[in-house]
Amino acid sequence: MSVLQARDITLAYDGVPVIAGVDLPVPPGQITALIGPNGCGKSTLLRGLARLLKPRAGAVYLDGAAISALPTKELARRLGILPQSPTAPEGLTVRDLVAQGRYPHQGWFQQWSREDEAVVARALDITGTTALAGRPLDTLSGGQRQRAWIAMALAQETPILLLDEPTTFLDIAHQLEVLHLLERLNREEGRTIVMVVHDLNHAARYAGHLVAMAEGRIVVAGPPREVLTPATLREVFAVEVDILTDRRTGAPICVPYGLCSPAAPSLGAAPGGERAHQPAVR
Amino acid sequence: MAGVGAGAVGTGVARGRPSLAVGLALGVALLLLCAFASLSAGASAVNPGAVYAALVAPDGSNAQVIVRTIRLPRTLIALSVGAALAVAGALMQGLTRNPLASPGLLGVNAGAALAVVLAVFLFGVGSVTLLTWCAFLGAGLAAAAVALLGALGRGGATPLKLAVAGAALTAFLSSLTTAVLVLNERTFDEVRFWLAGSVAGRDLGLFLRVAPYLALGLAVAFLLARRITTLTLGEEVARGLGQRTARVKLAAAGCVVLLAGGSVAVAGPIGFVGLVVPHLVRPFVGTDYRWLLPYAAVTGAALLTLADIGARLVLRPVELPVGVMTAILGGPFFVFLVGWKVRR
Amino acid sequence: MRGAAARGPIVIRPGRLPLSWTVDRRVPPVLLLLGLATVVATVLSVGYGQYFIAPLDVLRTFLGLETGNPNHPFVVTTLRLPRVLIAFLVGLALALAGTIAQGLARNPLASPDILGVNAGASLAAVALIVLAPAAPFYLVPPAAFAGALVVAALIAALSLRGGGSPIRLVLIGVGFAAVAGALTTALLTLGRTLFAARALIWLAGSVYGRSWRELWAILPWLAVFVPLALLLARHLDVLHLGDDVARGLGSRLALWRGLLLLTAVALAGAAVATAGAVGFVGLMAPHLARRLVGPAHAGLLPTAALTGGLIVLLADLAGRALFAPVELPCGVITAIIGAPYFFYLLYRSGGS
Repeated sequence: MSVLQARDITLAYDGVPVIAGVDLPVPPGQITALIGPNGCGKSTLLRGLARLLKPRAGAVYLDGAAISALPTKELARRLGILPQSPTAPEGLTVRDLVAQGRYPHQGWFQQWSREDEAVVARALDITGTTALAGRPLDTLSGGQRQRAWIAMALAQETPILLLDEPTTFLDIAHQLEVLHLLERLNREEGRTIVMVVHDLNHAARYAGHLVAMAEGRIVVAGPPREVLTPATLREVFAVEVDILTDRRTGAPICVPYGLCSPAAPSLGAAPGGERAHQPAVR
Repeated sequence: MAGVGAGAVGTGVARGRPSLAVGLALGVALLLLCAFASLSAGASAVNPGAVYAALVAPDGSNAQVIVRTIRLPRTLIALSVGAALAVAGALMQGLTRNPLASPGLLGVNAGAALAVVLAVFLFGVGSVTLLTWCAFLGAGLAAAAVALLGALGRGGATPLKLAVAGAALTAFLSSLTTAVLVLNERTFDEVRFWLAGSVAGRDLGLFLRVAPYLALGLAVAFLLARRITTLTLGEEVARGLGQRTARVKLAAAGCVVLLAGGSVAVAGPIGFVGLVVPHLVRPFVGTDYRWLLPYAAVTGAALLTLADIGARLVLRPVELPVGVMTAILGGPFFVFLVGWKVRR
Repeated sequence: MRGAAARGPIVIRPGRLPLSWTVDRRVPPVLLLLGLATVVATVLSVGYGQYFIAPLDVLRTFLGLETGNPNHPFVVTTLRLPRVLIAFLVGLALALAGTIAQGLARNPLASPDILGVNAGASLAAVALIVLAPAAPFYLVPPAAFAGALVVAALIAALSLRGGGSPIRLVLIGVGFAAVAGALTTALLTLGRTLFAARALIWLAGSVYGRSWRELWAILPWLAVFVPLALLLARHLDVLHLGDDVARGLGSRLALWRGLLLLTAVALAGAAVATAGAVGFVGLMAPHLARRLVGPAHAGLLPTAALTGGLIVLLADLAGRALFAPVELPCGVITAIIGAPYFFYLLYRSGGS
């Protein structure tokens, strides 16, 4: 099983460091979720893992080899990345998009092998987009479009898949649709998945490993139970929460009830008053 | 799409009013110095004393005739056209909230040029007044067209769309201009010197006829300044603050047509002044149009006068059209601007 | 060769060899129709002129048959055919360059005219005509080509830093077009009327008076860069999805983008060098072609190429016919048709 690991990496935009000296081992065969407030560097870290951003110091290792030293096509056969809200050219059909996922497997003379065809068909099937294959991407709903992009990343056939906010701009049903799909890919095909998500409860419900980040560093990493604690969330998001338990799945649920920063504007109190929602169920 | 720093609501710290006023006074003083230099520099240099004498006590000597009949009109035209173009550029950047807006890039100059060429082709050069009106008409139509085209479709007017629409409009209008010139060589011979954009050898009478329009445009622009500052916060915000945005926009667009059209009528299409000057000024005065516009006017006037002095001296005794100088100076600035304002 | 499932693409996998290609089902019939239209237009265009020759006689002359008129072979093969072929090839090159530019810039509104490449070529050519009127005319094409190359290199150097964002590419190109345009106009005013008028006609984009010599001069460029463009289609497809996705798929961005940019510049430069600035073809042809065969470049590139060739061919014919005996340069015709089309696209495309 492929092991992806960032060691002591520093990532910067235009010379301004966003991530400084971070270590991140990605547990193989699991879903890892990066969580944290806006601007904490979680997307940056993901881009660093996917070599979309070159580290200024440190390196990302895949099975012990630094990814910056791997040929770019070989890496693309082992590590897939779906960036945040990608855009496709007008009129591109779902089938054509998914077929692009075969790019790292193709050469000058071998551009559409039987294997390519089979893999694309399966990627369409798994994501439930077979019926949409002939339709242009711009005619689809947000959820369908996101599934088509995921299908493209699947056609790449990489054991590791990185996704940057795969559920952004989707309504709740489409969010679940995408997360269920990722869960299936992880369970049935054993793919290692790393994703950035905003919804803490989704992270806790679907990911086996959470990484909480704040201000360019990792605050704590581990199973949801250990990461989603009032103390951690106070430190990471500066919010007061209650942690409940989802009776159906056993996953932790966090219910925010107030801001803990005294500097925050306190027009009266947070909805319901600051103490009104004191741990009522525990 | 990549974000573009909204030029109008941008960098720079507004200084206090007193220091801004002092700065403006200094600017005007520098401007007078430039004007004086423009009167004395050229193929035959006239020393400052003689320039002064020519202005206050003309005696009809050769040098004085040069100063009074050749350099004085030329300097006056450079000053007013520079100011007009700079203010037009500042207005366009504010109206469109687009750091790249300016009469040259958005096809307004090309529209005026086509109108003048058509007029010469159809009616001959006979009436100067007619040509002036044609330039206004052409500038107005092109400005309206590019505003409309840039805002077409989903997403309204983005910087990219506006710039591309302007480039295409310019290409289209220039192509039509070329067609007219190819069909009729006489027209070409008559207008080609005008086409390059130059303040040399222009008729003072023509200038005096256009000057009122430029003055009107500047005056209305200054009156609108406060409203335009509000408008740069976005149309919806401005409307929320109780502004009748349609009226303000229309009035400001009218100013642009007066200023750009008048400039083209006098001096031909001169590019980049309208683009560059507002950006030069903004870091010093901030985003308040009540200060930005006068500063832009002074800076634009000084810049074009200096460019014209340069055009006279660079290849002496051959004179370059000042439009060439502004293109050479403005081009690199544009590239820098894109690199700086347009982030991935 | 066999067809894939109904409505799917056509797949070519000869025998057991490790070879396989795929192309959209719509491509072969569209190419066939465009080819036929091109032949018809060529025959009409060669026949048209002050000395009219009936289409059938034109065809006979092409095939080396006797038409009963001893003038026909000279008029057809020496005077008119090279000009018509050049019009077609110029359109073809501009269309390919435009398709590549649009794919690279990820913007359907980009094209070499907008990106300043044509303007650079024009500036260099006009400078030569006006400033060195003694120089022989055959130096104009190389000068134009050098101008295109310089502008393209500058745009590349300035916008490709850090992978090069498409929006910067377009905006910097717009800036160069404006600067080069201003300088070109200035040159027209500096030179003597005679030379300036000559430059002006060249500037308008025209295939007037082109002979076999110019045709042989442009052919090597096309022979190298047209196949290269077609070979790079797959990489252009991936670049078209955006930098992040392309990098994630293992594309070597700098390499392929550089090579594609070079191809586009070489094609645009060769075209402008031969016929001057024929505008808006690089913009229109890819769009029309996309309507016909969709956005996959393997089919789009050849379709756009034929479309572009046909456009310039017809524009040249129209330019000769409209105000006869005065000839309008074909570049004026393409601009008159192309600009409204461009604005229509702008209207449809929205912001992105």
